[in-house]
Amino acid sequence: MNRGIGPYRLLHGGLIDRTRRISFRFDGRTFQGHPGDTLASALLANGVRIVARSFKFHRPRGIFSCGIEEPNALVQLGNGSRSIPSCRAPAIELHEGLEAHSQEGWPRVNFDVGRVLDWTAPLWSAGFYNKTFIWPRWQTYEGIIRRLAGLGRAPREQDPDRYDVTNHHCDVLIVGGGRAGLCAALDSARAGGRVLLAERDHDFGGQNTWDGSGIGDLSARRWVTGTVAELSGLPNATLLTRTTPVGCYDHNVVALAERLPLPSGEEQGERARERLHIVRAGRVVLATGTIEQPLIFANNDRPCIFLAGAARQYLKRYGVAVGHRVLIATNNDSAYPFATELSGAGVTVIALIDSRPERSISEALRRSCRDKGIGWFPRSMPVNTTGFAALASVTVGRLSVDERSVEALHTVRCDALAVSGGFAPALQLFAQAGGKLVYDEVSGVLHPSGSHPSVKIVGSAARPLTAGLRVTPHGNSRRQWVDLAHDVTVADLELSLRENYTAIEHIKRYTTVGMAADQGKTSHAATLGIVGTLRGIAARDLGHTTLRPPVTPVTLGTLVGREIGERFAPKRRLPMHDWHVAHGAILHDFGGWQRPVAYVGSGESREQAVAREARAVRTASGLFDGSSLGKIEVHGPDALEFLDRFYINNLKTLQPGKVRYGLMLRETGILFDDGTVVALAPDHVLITTTSGNASRVYQWLEEWRQCEWPDLKVAITPVTEQWGTVSLAGPEARTILSKLHTNIELSNAAFPHLTMREGQLLGFPSRIYRVSFTGELTYEINVPSDFAPTLWETLLAAGVQHGLQPLGLDALMQLRLEKGFLHIGSDTDGTTVPDDVGWGRVAGSKTRDYIGKRSLSLPEHVHPDRLQFIGLRALAGRPFIIGSHLRLPDSKNATDGWITSAGIVTLTGEPIALAMLRAGRRHFGSEVTVYDAGAPVSPARVVNPPFYDPTGERVDA
Amino acid sequence: MLRIPCPNCGVRDESEFTFGGPSHVTRPIPEADDKTWTSYLFNRQNPAGVHLERWGHVYGCGRWFNVARDTRTHEILKTYVMGSPPPGPNEV
Repeated sequence: MNRGIGPYRLLHGGLIDRTRRISFRFDGRTFQGHPGDTLASALLANGVRIVARSFKFHRPRGIFSCGIEEPNALVQLGNGSRSIPSCRAPAIELHEGLEAHSQEGWPRVNFDVGRVLDWTAPLWSAGFYNKTFIWPRWQTYEGIIRRLAGLGRAPREQDPDRYDVTNHHCDVLIVGGGRAGLCAALDSARAGGRVLLAERDHDFGGQNTWDGSGIGDLSARRWVTGTVAELSGLPNATLLTRTTPVGCYDHNVVALAERLPLPSGEEQGERARERLHIVRAGRVVLATGTIEQPLIFANNDRPCIFLAGAARQYLKRYGVAVGHRVLIATNNDSAYPFATELSGAGVTVIALIDSRPERSISEALRRSCRDKGIGWFPRSMPVNTTGFAALASVTVGRLSVDERSVEALHTVRCDALAVSGGFAPALQLFAQAGGKLVYDEVSGVLHPSGSHPSVKIVGSAARPLTAGLRVTPHGNSRRQWVDLAHDVTVADLELSLRENYTAIEHIKRYTTVGMAADQGKTSHAATLGIVGTLRGIAARDLGHTTLRPPVTPVTLGTLVGREIGERFAPKRRLPMHDWHVAHGAILHDFGGWQRPVAYVGSGESREQAVAREARAVRTASGLFDGSSLGKIEVHGPDALEFLDRFYINNLKTLQPGKVRYGLMLRETGILFDDGTVVALAPDHVLITTTSGNASRVYQWLEEWRQCEWPDLKVAITPVTEQWGTVSLAGPEARTILSKLHTNIELSNAAFPHLTMREGQLLGFPSRIYRVSFTGELTYEINVPSDFAPTLWETLLAAGVQHGLQPLGLDALMQLRLEKGFLHIGSDTDGTTVPDDVGWGRVAGSKTRDYIGKRSLSLPEHVHPDRLQFIGLRALAGRPFIIGSHLRLPDSKNATDGWITSAGIVTLTGEPIALAMLRAGRRHFGSEVTVYDAGAPVSPARVVNPPFYDPTGERVDA
Repeated sequence: MLRIPCPNCGVRDESEFTFGGPSHVTRPIPEADDKTWTSYLFNRQNPAGVHLERWGHVYGCGRWFNVARDTRTHEILKTYVMGSPPPGPNEV
């Protein structure tokens, strides 16, 4: 005989496969279940009652629901790197070898010393931690509180599994594959549109597959099978199971999360574990059904108290009785069929109590109880319960006619209580799409007020169900749980109102009601009803809290998909990348570019390498890969006119072949970028930008060209990646470059500083600049990127006898620091205008308008006490630290500025810095105090940079 | 995430676009007083309703264009080319 396993498994019934058994482990004990079970149904069949401890009071908790709304039975699923915290036991399909653990309770879930928190519950009312743990400071208590408030543990190891993200475009997305969803899908698919149907269970049909109902002349199960078969055969319909909605975003973009369980025995390997579907839908149909709501009474949180619909599902779908002596309490019609079915299955149904008055209950329902010999009590509600590890008794009371009080009548011994407090349509997606919800007094839940242009609700989610009184008007409100997941009671709501947090969004945050992982699926409606009653206003006038994504919790892996590790962000590689890697370069990410900061030789520290490289540039020569430098070409007869409107510098007089260094501002007058401008021809201009701003500058130029100055005849082309940039700097630079075959005359007379020449270099086209960021004679050589590695290696070979060395970014920055050259983004911030960095005269002398010009004369930008760019020399020999604050002598200000760049003079080792200092240029020669972490550490002298070669003769060599 | 109809490329995800703020903002002449200038820099209408704004399809065709969007619903009522005058109240 295919007898079920476990003391609460019935002999017959359910969709489980009784011919096969599955072993699984919970909290270290081995149990057995059947294919078709969930973890929750199998635990109930085996008589496991306590599966969790409550969030705050550590009260024992059992399985409460039969779906994703579960507030109590959150478990840690799996072990090691594949472990997932806070999984809802009723939503976990049972499989061979499944292992789960309770998350709270020490030393174990059945005996938890944290229970002392419950006995001292008056201390832990809403907001307790804001009031209690403030001396000496919150951090003193944070660790222990976080340990007690167990929500499972995130694995420490890297997740070994793969996750996918996929995209859909469809005419209709149907969420929910029950009867209503299948009908909607069939209608749409037959009409020819592209249809996507998503069902959260492992199969379609929803409640119809197990509740024994019929559709037309068919049994519901046969109808479902036929409908799914027809849909599967239609090429324009896509069906997804095990797929839950995550959220609905603007313009009908809906995210769905699909679980992809493995066939038993298969390794995860290349198969994804979960998949995120990003759906762009023309229309969305919500066939999401309803979520049953609880009744509220004292001690309504004990194990063995179930939602009645859940208890019915355990009975009809899994063949599990939630108890042997069951009391049913309801405020609506839905519990009546369950009472008769349970009784028919041989379970003792002690009574069915209904909070509604007799006249509101149809004769047919009353007769259904009578026929089965089930005691029936109208105007009755549970008042209190007893029991510790499991439910022992329920006190039943009778409501007064005005429903304002209740009289406790008798106490019944039972081992399960099934409650139904009405049904809330699952309309999170509707609300996220912008649909309006309003509290409906007749059904006691939120309903749509009006329709949505592209989101339609069908099925039971669209049909309100009348319900009676939900909250027992009596008893200790401290013990009446509203939110099981976060341990929020009616008393907490009362306290919130007493302390004047009366708006519903404030109440949510003060009490944390509805803020747990279940997002208030079984507490939201009750909260509104209770607050309305307490405040003496209609609950519909309270509004409601925002129903945010995710609708159900989603793993981070699913959201991230494959964008992890190397794929987290695209990496841009310089043309000489392979050479850099092969020659010991330390690579850092700068705006996506992998750039060498130093080439560390064997037995050498990074600091030693930087010092060696910098010295090579001052005494011989260095070679720098500057290919990430932004390069933009502007073509057209108006090219110079166009660019002149962006730079503070005068470009109208720029002669072909001459290089001008320029600053670009935002319209607010704030420095945006710097770089060079060179006219290759009167109608062809090449500009350079900082590496990090290359694309921003291009977008900036394009926006102004298209939106503001469409009359100008220009075309803009970013060419950063097309040209590799090799910068040869140092006193030996000309000697080394002369060894390469070129048709460009390199002498200082023919090719002076701040000019650019085009020509052939080793047979390739090249653009060579005489510009310098190091203060030494420099040739900045631009060649087609494919040729750049050849040029790089040829130059290094030619320069080896002249002491040429590759130069990293660290050494380059030290060399420019010595010269006092501005580095946009390091020395400047979102407040810096040209005059702050010594470019006020240039900016002011240009008469033509340019972007940002007008802002420079705003009072704030001409204030004499603005921060100004200056140099610092150490007076105590102590190195400077970037970010250190500065104070002027006798200053009353908290700070007079800060260090923006720090380093040493290459040839002497003297500590120097660049800084922004209040009215800095008035204080050349003054002493300032340098602070570190709030304490004065050393004096420094304010100087006018550069620190090296002040006359600049070396660049003109 | 908005779905934005690019006049060149058709409907694409918002992530392909960049937002350029309100359209039809007139840049004052350089002689404008401080109040007029700072108002141009910082003050915007922010209506609850139809908002005329510009978007650039920067990760697509590169084209900037104007959009009339209802800020309450994100409904995109109209797109129109750069340089054309703002649509009248009856046109969106």
